Amino acid sequence: MGSFIFKRSFQSILSLIFLVIVVFFLARMTGSPAMLYLPPEATQDQIDAYNALHGFDDPLIVQFGSFITGVFQGDFGNSLQYSRPALDMVLAAFPTTLALAAVTMPLVLLISIVTGALAAYHPGGVFDRLASLISLIGASMPNFWVAIVGVLVFAVTLNVLPTSGTGTWQHWVLPVAVLVLRPAGVLVQVMRTSMMTALSSVYVKAAKAKGVKARAIIFVHALRNSLLPVITVASDQAAGIVNGAVIVETVFGFPGIGKLMIDSVLMRDFAVIQAAILVTALAVFLINIIVDISYAFVDPRIRHS
Amino acid sequence: MPSSIPASVTAELPAAQGRRKSAILRSLLRDRYATVSVIFLLIVLGCAIVGPTLLAEQARALNLKGRNAAPFSLDAGWMFILGGDALGRSLLARIVVASQNTILISATAVLFSVLVGGILGLIAGYRGGWVGDVLLRLADAIMTLPSMLLAMIVLFVFEPGVTNVILVLAVSRIPIFMRTVRAEVLELKQRMFVVAARATGASTSRILLRHIAPMVLPTIINLAALEMAFVMLVESGLSFLGIGIQPPEVTWGLMVADGRNYLGSAWWLAFWPGLAIMLTAMSLNLLTNWLRVVTDPVERWRLETEAR
Amino acid sequence: MLLSVRNLSIQFPSRAGLVRAVEDVSWDVNAGETLAILGESGSGKSVSASAVMNLIETPPAVIPQGQILFEGHDLLQADAETRRRINGKSISMIFQDPLAALNPVYPVGWQIAETMRVHGIAPDVAQARVIELLARVGISEPERRMKDYPHQFSGGQRQRIMIASAIALKPKLLIADEPTSALDVTVQARVLDLLKEIQAEDGMGMVLITHDLTVVERVADRVVVMQAGRIVESGTSAEVMRNPQHDYTRRLLDAIPGRAGFSDIAAGRPMLEVQSVSKIYGGLARQFARLRTQPVRAVDDVSFTMAKGETLGVVGESGSGKSTLARMILGLDDPTSGVIRFDGRAMQGQSEAEAYKMRRRVQFVFQDPTASLNPRMTVQQIIAEPWAIHPDVLPKSQWRTRVAELLEQVGLKPDHADRHPHQFSGGQRQRIAIARALALKPELIVCDEAVSALDVSVQAQVIDLLKDLRRDYGLSYVFVAHDLALVRDFATSVLVMYGGRIVEQGPVRDVYDNPQHDYTKALLRASGVIPQQAA
Repeated sequence: MGSFIFKRSFQSILSLIFLVIVVFFLARMTGSPAMLYLPPEATQDQIDAYNALHGFDDPLIVQFGSFITGVFQGDFGNSLQYSRPALDMVLAAFPTTLALAAVTMPLVLLISIVTGALAAYHPGGVFDRLASLISLIGASMPNFWVAIVGVLVFAVTLNVLPTSGTGTWQHWVLPVAVLVLRPAGVLVQVMRTSMMTALSSVYVKAAKAKGVKARAIIFVHALRNSLLPVITVASDQAAGIVNGAVIVETVFGFPGIGKLMIDSVLMRDFAVIQAAILVTALAVFLINIIVDISYAFVDPRIRHS
Repeated sequence: MPSSIPASVTAELPAAQGRRKSAILRSLLRDRYATVSVIFLLIVLGCAIVGPTLLAEQARALNLKGRNAAPFSLDAGWMFILGGDALGRSLLARIVVASQNTILISATAVLFSVLVGGILGLIAGYRGGWVGDVLLRLADAIMTLPSMLLAMIVLFVFEPGVTNVILVLAVSRIPIFMRTVRAEVLELKQRMFVVAARATGASTSRILLRHIAPMVLPTIINLAALEMAFVMLVESGLSFLGIGIQPPEVTWGLMVADGRNYLGSAWWLAFWPGLAIMLTAMSLNLLTNWLRVVTDPVERWRLETEAR
Repeated sequence: MLLSVRNLSIQFPSRAGLVRAVEDVSWDVNAGETLAILGESGSGKSVSASAVMNLIETPPAVIPQGQILFEGHDLLQADAETRRRINGKSISMIFQDPLAALNPVYPVGWQIAETMRVHGIAPDVAQARVIELLARVGISEPERRMKDYPHQFSGGQRQRIMIASAIALKPKLLIADEPTSALDVTVQARVLDLLKEIQAEDGMGMVLITHDLTVVERVADRVVVMQAGRIVESGTSAEVMRNPQHDYTRRLLDAIPGRAGFSDIAAGRPMLEVQSVSKIYGGLARQFARLRTQPVRAVDDVSFTMAKGETLGVVGESGSGKSTLARMILGLDDPTSGVIRFDGRAMQGQSEAEAYKMRRRVQFVFQDPTASLNPRMTVQQIIAEPWAIHPDVLPKSQWRTRVAELLEQVGLKPDHADRHPHQFSGGQRQRIAIARALALKPELIVCDEAVSALDVSVQAQVIDLLKDLRRDYGLSYVFVAHDLALVRDFATSVLVMYGGRIVEQGPVRDVYDNPQHDYTKALLRASGVIPQQAA
């Protein structure tokens, strides 16, 4: 198991290095990165001064060296807009997004595992067809659209929930609901299929022949086996939550990393973007490692490989 | 035990192509969801192809009567059945015109990632070795990166526009095709019929084209339909955030973004384009469910037997 | 009477209408007695036993008539809870594939204890009994191994674990559904012996579902023979084996291999020479992230010579290296060391063009005909493919007529050419594979377990076809198989492989009548080719 986790962490680190390289070279592809770091109205003198200060006229390899050193020291440069270290801004926004994901992901898993398992128990039944239809709609709805329709219905028309901001728990209802939709819709389908496979397996038949009660067959024998594909897809969806967070935070005015990123894009604040992307990618990689560990926890075959 | 059911496998069957086609059509008609999806998708496709030529005028025309016209009212003419915007343009016409960009962008992006991802997947799966390893690592790196982030950084550095949006969406979805194709090829090349072809002396290109590609194709088609729905959702998200398609070009996502400012007064401006996105994505999902059944050769044979 | 199945019919609805899986079936079994239900695939042999265990879902299945009387009570009338209490406690069952029947994510000790827990035995008592049971079925170090997971055991051990779980509560009846079909012959024999021992100790009744006549002969007191969902013959096994009444039973018995005379050795010039060939897998750190693995000697210093016209049987159990050897002869794998010569020419180190030419002289038939035929191609395309690869053999205009000829040659009809493989039965598919192998008029055909996946009666037909081709075209075969009886009938000389090495080789007559090596003797004994008590 140790070697499995080691291997996966190693892959993640490679991916992260790849990403750092991409970010670096993308910034240099448009010519001088000063164009990215400086406001559009900067004069040529300002640009030259900035270039000299940050060594953008050095050879590429030297620049890359100092960029990497900076990244490892947590130095992504200063925000253009606020003149604060970019990393500080990102780290300040990070907990909000983390909290959103921390509420969303368990909810997604709970909803999809329970719904998917129940749907698989009577395939083709009323509950199964209803669950399939709803999960399909959930997976097909554009989340920004759900968000604004949600605002329209619950905040503007019914006036039961706030339109945006943070503070009370009511502020979290709509954002979390919107974030849950797509991953839950996808995972219900995955869970249903894998539960059906598990229920038709020989070990379930053997359990029946042993006299195991129906409930124990579903929740002890079939459930744990059917979790494996769900975990795999769930880790992909975890990355997808970041996609959702960008939109949800924008629509609901949540001061998270997604809103920070989109604001920085619109303000052309490159240092912040760069820091935000690397921090988010690191978080996604950490989630993937946690997923891998839980995978090994559920399946002994992986533990022993 | 179903495995013990005597299988009457030797049923007489004249294999006529025409019969198979009609059997597939019949199975499509039997699946009500799939039928409705296909009809809806054909309509959307029709709109995307001829819509702009037919309705460009109406989409641009300012009709005083139609200013902020509420939907489901024929006062301003049937073009305003879905309502009108603040300038008095027909929402229906605008949705039809916007369908072209929406469909074009997602279809092109998916086509691009199918081609590139498919070829890379074939190489990584069949040849393996260090090239395969590097390709797989690259794919993993892109996969773990939320597509929105990738899009953001690329569209920040380059100008957002139709071509760049297509490119960035395609690149972000290449890995998924590559990984799927690679996994299938890895499994397929161990299959005995591939080993048999190798033992007969078949060339690599023959094995890839005659034995492996036809087996991978159904999976790719299914995945492409699913991905098309996903890419459409991401594209509209990007356009909604203002970093995707830029006005005066128009897509459904952009229309939702525009409509957001009039949420209190004219809800329909944001509602209908969003519904169009949802219905298209849903139809693609439903189509995939049906395709998965029909492209399975054994399943298809069952359909043919039944069609006799 | 312990269990009595009376006039049972079971039907499964399918898209093509109701499938009558079993029709008016009656059988019974007493305490201490073993009843075998014998049948080929699709005969419905395990359906009635599944009904005893309440494993048939109704709906969709329909049971229009019949009774299942267990100690006088009709199980079909009992409610689900009553039947659940009987399952595992009074009647238990073991399955064909123990790897599939054990839950992969729980330790084996937990799974055995579960049988006891669900029937009201305290967990700590159950735990202690698990150790006892594992020791009883012959798993060494039971305290340690009970914490292991199914994938950490060998196939034979897994079936022993299934048996431990099944006998935990000393059931009155044990149903064994093909308990040894997935196991190697020597392991098969030991598992069957274990079952007989336990039965003698506890006096339980046993229902053994099997396709294998030698298993029936070895363990069953009585037998019922099933064909297409009906019982065609029943009686004591000795009586049925000696004096079969029904036509089908007679045909089944005739199809048992290993009872015909030996094939004589055709003398010819050497065709295939294998010189100290070894194949070692793993052991090299091929990738930076992949850890170094222990090298496996799949084939270890193997040498033999095969003459033209000869049929060389290669026998061995799983892991003996016989399939690796076949792959190397086909040029699909290169030996790590040693050399293979075909018609005097070394196969290794030859140019692409030479290898390509060689391919048409050596053809193959693989084990699973379903897997070895491309499901998306028609039979015509499959058989003609070798000509597409070697275009100078036959002009395209003649493909159609030649495919028709080949199909007739292997006992199929010319108009089968436009169908797809899944429209044929297993035996027919293997005939298609043989037709493909013949397309290039090869000199040598390598058959890797070519009939193992087929029913006994179909096996015999395919072997007859291979024999006819040998006679008519002077073909040579390398015939890789785990079934010694089959090799005895078909081969002219034989190699016995164990752990990658050849332990014995020689003309079939010598090896079978006068085995020298202990392993050969054990194999022959286990497979029933020579009587139990002899050797």
